[in-house]
Amino acid sequence: MEKLELLDLYRQMVLIRRFEERAAEQYAHGKIGGFLHLYIGEEAVGVGAIHAMESRDHLITHYRDHGYALALGLDPGAVMAELFGKATGTTQGRGGSMHISDVSRNFWGGYAIVGGHIPLATGLGLASQYLNEGRVVVCIFGDGATNTGAFHESMNLAAIWKLPVLFLCENNLYGMGTAVEHVSAVRDMAKKALAYDMPSAQVDGQDVLAMHEAAKQALDHCRSGKGPFFLEAMTYRFRGHSMADPEVYRTKDEVKQYLSTDPISLFRTKLLDEGIATTAEFDEIDAAVEEETERAVQFAEESPVPDPSTIADHIYAEPAPTGQAVGTSRRREDHGA
Amino acid sequence: MARNITYREALREALREEMDRDKRVILLGEDIGAYGGSYVVTRGFLEEYGRERVRDTPIAELGIVGAAVGAAMGGMRPIVELMTINFSLLAIDQIVNHAAKVHYMFGGRFNAPVVIRTASGWGQLGPTHSQTFEAWFAHVPGLRVVMPAVPKDAKGFLKTAVRGQDPVMFIEHSLLYRNRGEVPDGELLLPLEGAEVRREGRDVTIASWSRGYWLAMGAAEELAKEGIECEVIDMRVLRPLDIDTVVRSVEKTNRLVIVEESWRTLGLGSEIAAAVQEHAFDYLDAPIGRVGSAEIPMPYAKNLERLIVPGKDEVVTAVKDVLRREYATAH
Repeated sequence: MEKLELLDLYRQMVLIRRFEERAAEQYAHGKIGGFLHLYIGEEAVGVGAIHAMESRDHLITHYRDHGYALALGLDPGAVMAELFGKATGTTQGRGGSMHISDVSRNFWGGYAIVGGHIPLATGLGLASQYLNEGRVVVCIFGDGATNTGAFHESMNLAAIWKLPVLFLCENNLYGMGTAVEHVSAVRDMAKKALAYDMPSAQVDGQDVLAMHEAAKQALDHCRSGKGPFFLEAMTYRFRGHSMADPEVYRTKDEVKQYLSTDPISLFRTKLLDEGIATTAEFDEIDAAVEEETERAVQFAEESPVPDPSTIADHIYAEPAPTGQAVGTSRRREDHGA
Repeated sequence: MARNITYREALREALREEMDRDKRVILLGEDIGAYGGSYVVTRGFLEEYGRERVRDTPIAELGIVGAAVGAAMGGMRPIVELMTINFSLLAIDQIVNHAAKVHYMFGGRFNAPVVIRTASGWGQLGPTHSQTFEAWFAHVPGLRVVMPAVPKDAKGFLKTAVRGQDPVMFIEHSLLYRNRGEVPDGELLLPLEGAEVRREGRDVTIASWSRGYWLAMGAAEELAKEGIECEVIDMRVLRPLDIDTVVRSVEKTNRLVIVEESWRTLGLGSEIAAAVQEHAFDYLDAPIGRVGSAEIPMPYAKNLERLIVPGKDEVVTAVKDVLRREYATAH
């Protein structure tokens, strides 16, 4: 990989990290409501995988989705504005944090019912296969989703129809606050692919280059017409499940231990050690990201809230049908009856 | 010109015409191919259109419906067959949380034009195979829900649904597949909105849909012999619900009976009754009459089953009841 490309991977990870730190801060200030699920600690998974995708490929993910949006190049201002519930947000304040999307980049969005988007991924794969588009669908979900029926039904369907779907599981060891060993019969999620005779691999999700390489191979497999692939990325969530998480289910020591696997520090050290980049170059990127995230917060802050007159837009894709209800009550005497 | 064909044949024509017109239209479902469909709607389609377009799926409703929703997002025109509406409960997350939501929650940037065909009905099938769930789906903004009673609507609605931009719950009825009716020749596209007054009358309005409509028509014929003229409305489309047509009829007849096959509690009839009292309170001369199933899980035994589902006689009784109430107050 060229130096500029490597530095861009670094930039993307730092952007996600800094963006989410700013989001957490704005959440604490009451600027962001509801749920806010941070991707901090897991950045290398999304950045590495998305970098391996072609622009025509589909991406569909779970709700911890800010990172994917930023890695795909969505405007951080529009993403932050969505978190703020503003009209300039990625879905004009309709979806919020869990439903960032940009279909112009084939990003079909984040979905918030655990496992619920996995069947949609098989469908996108079916469309690609049937319409002969050569697109691969990258479907990202967590370890928790692999216990759902939606996951298993979709794995089976993708396997029997040889759909071009890369099932990318982020195993961060916890489904919300429940450790994976309490809720999954196997610790290695990749083993679940065996039931569907689907090839699989496990990769260090804290290593962005390893992640990129594994995703690339998996994508090649899917694109070649051999059917789906299951890739398990081993990772760790540095922050709580959401902003409301008191984190009583894991020890501080455990979290501290995993902090040594920080994908950004690891990558930075690697590039420094190998003499590929200098501290000054990283500092420059960090400063640019700092500015970019500041601009994003400002943009979100200054953007207008959605116009209440648009609240019922887009319930249906076709014009609102008439006859949903009658306008006003009528009295018999009004009609001379 | 029009032909007299069955409800099933009307559906087959719609499917065939749309598949011939647009290669993006595919069928997915359990036993729709080699087996021919549990209600024989797709018999011969596998041979005609091939495995790519007529896909026998695993018995996995959630996965099938989700795949169809995703395929629709990706540019296809999938039609899913869920063997019966009882099994739609396995797919309800995909229908309610996904199909009905993606257009709105992603800001109108894409849509999921999927058609989910399924069948209501009963006939000694026991508690889990005899239910009527249209109200569950008609409850949800973002879905369109149709429940045709006659072959013409079955064909015209299905073709429109396939060409539309929104997810459609298309609910058939296992006891209507052999019913015959006039279907016009040539292209038939009916908008997915609007109730239809199918029989005019001055004394009582009966609002109903699907098989309930046939009960209403049967009752109306019988009552006509006694000089009672019923106006029968086939609601046809359950979301969006056309209350206006019912209100206009009630303004004329001043009495309303609602006939449905489902449990009455929180059913479509509850909504229609509430809307009519809201918009036509002054026109009502009697409390709204309601006919529905007994609020009991459907038993298998034939004699017990008959006690649960309403028949023509219950409709006749309900109509006479709303008329009597008026006389009781008038005299």
